[in-house]
Amino acid sequence: MSEDWPLYEVFIRSRAGLEHKHVGSLHAADARMAIEHARDVYTRRQEGVSIWAVRSADIIASDPEEADALFEPARDKVYRHPTFYVISEEVKNL
Amino acid sequence: MSARTRAPNERDPAQQEAHFRYVVRLGDTSLVLGQRLGEWVGHAPALEEDLGLANFALDLIGQARLLLTYAGELEGRGRDEDALAFLRDAPEFANLTLAEQPNGDFGHTIVRQWLLDTWQLEIYAGLQESADTRLGAIAAKALRETRYHQRFSSGWLIRLGDGTEESHDRVQAALDSLWRFTAELFAADDVDERMRAAAIAPALTELAPRWSARIDEDLRAATLERPAARPYPWHGRRGVHTEHLGHMLSDMQHLQRTYPGVRW
Repeated sequence: MSEDWPLYEVFIRSRAGLEHKHVGSLHAADARMAIEHARDVYTRRQEGVSIWAVRSADIIASDPEEADALFEPARDKVYRHPTFYVISEEVKNL
Repeated sequence: MSARTRAPNERDPAQQEAHFRYVVRLGDTSLVLGQRLGEWVGHAPALEEDLGLANFALDLIGQARLLLTYAGELEGRGRDEDALAFLRDAPEFANLTLAEQPNGDFGHTIVRQWLLDTWQLEIYAGLQESADTRLGAIAAKALRETRYHQRFSSGWLIRLGDGTEESHDRVQAALDSLWRFTAELFAADDVDERMRAAAIAPALTELAPRWSARIDEDLRAATLERPAARPYPWHGRRGVHTEHLGHMLSDMQHLQRTYPGVRW
């Protein structure tokens, strides 16, 4: 039965003010069932206060084959990290 | 002792007995239904439903614990939740007959669940106003769980009823077979009357039309036919049960009966 249902990715917000985090995936026939299943599978132990569910097929992912082209160029650009400033001594708690 | 010198919370024995029986009935219905749902663990049609039904089973058993603990105190004979759950025989159980009916297929379980969830919605909502504040607090907690149960069971009823020809026929057959037990849901007897008169319980005659309206609304969405009223009386609440309860209890109580007082 459930293998006939599309796959959904589930995101849970654990507390107000925090961001939703990916927690896993599940099968559901439609949006309403996806939320119910997410509630029953992923929030049984008070893990969350808000659920997002999205069809896995609707997620646009980067291609692992392209990882070199996408991510390699950033590797030698250390100057992009904000670590080259001289912090004046008067500034505390930075 | 004259009536005037009595403490306000001291009741006559008949009233106390009715109070005890009223709370036991609620607790037993939750317990028996929870046990039935627990039978699905490992057998539900999908992993997600398996967890959902297990959650509901635990919610219901949680309600039963609160209610039976309280019932034991009302009775005043030293029986706790475990003594009431595991050491009574079928004729002492006072659950609604509908709750003890076997699971059947998934659709059959959904129909039974939906009929009882919708009943609990009305009962617990009414009990929130109870003059018995402890019972009111238990009802308020249970109501939050029940709202989700009803959302789940009515959702499945509509999916299956308005689904394929086979799913439609199966839930209609389940409805036709279980409907005869619904006459008991709002049939007030002496216990209900006493509790209503004491403002402890809501009037069943006021709850019945609300239950009926919600049932009709879901049936329409599910394209299912409401079966004709069947007056045949079932009296699970008075301890007269179908054969199914005894079999269920022999399973549920096996451990406690074989090793009395066992703990882990």
